[in-house]
Amino acid sequence: MSQLSLKVEFGGGIELLFSKKHTITVELPALVPTDDSTDDQSLMEDTAKEKKPANLAYLVLYLRDRLLTERAELFVENGTVRPGILVLVNDTDWQLEGEGDYELKDKDNIVFISTLHGG
Amino acid sequence: MAPKICALCRKSKAMLKRPKTGQQICKDCFFYVFETEVHNTIIQAKLFKPGDRVAIGASGGKDSTVLAYVMKTLNERYQYGLDLFLLSIDEGITGYRDDSLETVKRNQQQYDMPLKILSYDELYGWTMDAIVSQVGRKNNCTFCGVFRRQALDRGAAMLNVDHIVTGHNADDIAETVLMNIMRGDIARLGRCTSICTQGEDTIRRSKPFKYAYEKEIVMYAYFKKLDYFSTECIYSPDAYRGHARVFLKDLEAARPSAIIDIIHSGEAFEIKDEVKATQKLQQTCQRCGYMSSNALCKACTLLEGLERGMAESGITDRARKRLEAEGPAPDNIRTIPFFNPPSGQPVVTVEAPS
Repeated sequence: MSQLSLKVEFGGGIELLFSKKHTITVELPALVPTDDSTDDQSLMEDTAKEKKPANLAYLVLYLRDRLLTERAELFVENGTVRPGILVLVNDTDWQLEGEGDYELKDKDNIVFISTLHGG
Repeated sequence: MAPKICALCRKSKAMLKRPKTGQQICKDCFFYVFETEVHNTIIQAKLFKPGDRVAIGASGGKDSTVLAYVMKTLNERYQYGLDLFLLSIDEGITGYRDDSLETVKRNQQQYDMPLKILSYDELYGWTMDAIVSQVGRKNNCTFCGVFRRQALDRGAAMLNVDHIVTGHNADDIAETVLMNIMRGDIARLGRCTSICTQGEDTIRRSKPFKYAYEKEIVMYAYFKKLDYFSTECIYSPDAYRGHARVFLKDLEAARPSAIIDIIHSGEAFEIKDEVKATQKLQQTCQRCGYMSSNALCKACTLLEGLERGMAESGITDRARKRLEAEGPAPDNIRTIPFFNPPSGQPVVTVEAPS
């Protein structure tokens, strides 16, 4: 089964929730569980779980469950990124790409920028 | 999904959806419309005249960094004929403002503008770190807000500028409208939507980003790769504004025009003459000469409380009465230097970018 390698960037203060890292690489299977579970077991190739193509909504949950180090409520609200966080897919506003429904492709560059920090 | 084409040039790939209009546009068209709208705001409100000396209140954050860049761009493109300066206030917050001031110093080089930094320590004899160690974390934002406002005017007077511009954006103004309604602060509600404010002897102050959405400011900074600083102040993890901000962002998610709609509502608010008549008249502070609605201005009141070890006296009525019961202010407390509005020559020479 194919793997996706994604470049994920954080800016505008959101990096503080991710151990102050600005750029990370995330490896995800191209197919992920339909129930959005993010544990290692569920991501195994031979799991019995039903699968769907990995999309941006899944990546958000994966980042929250696997890489976020503090205050999850500042990143995710009602199952999606909190209002006030901008998301870009290969430098394009995710609102033009179907938001959470956007299906991830190998080598995609995903950027999260908080607008909520002081100006 | 097939790439969408820019609604304006109909050539390039659309890169963002404008919150104000819902239009899907490309990067170059975005730069053009964003800059042109700010230019139109400036022209329609007649903010400047040729030869004006203008200080940009610069914190190193996204809004003021984008403002400095756009002001420089428009000043050159449309020949406003302005002398631009960067003015930063150093509140004295270790690990926060000292880092953001490094960003402002880089901006000074990048934008080739003179920079003046005025510190609370220099002006009031107290850093925010020292204030917080005395008052705790509850009311420290009151001190910081009052002190910053006056420090900006005083820094501007030292630079002998005609005008201060700040990076307040549409989201900030909508938040302030909401906060003033919730607090029932009629006087501020009337003032907070004006693009330009000026008392009799204060320096003009205006907000060229009054109609610019925060989302577009952040996108602009990102696409232009502008160098800005984005850390929350260590002393205000969850101040009152934070609630208004979160509420506004939820509204915006449901209906992007909510931000502009709230600003328009704020502008349309009419205050009855009977209510206006009960509002305090503007006067000058007996102690420092700064504008005030009481005999002593808010900054002098707060500073006196700090100096006399009764910091609460500037915050609550009960503490103020306790302070008054102790008699008049002793002569040996530190006070703020007398405020002289700009006239003639600059009081300080600013460092030109090297």
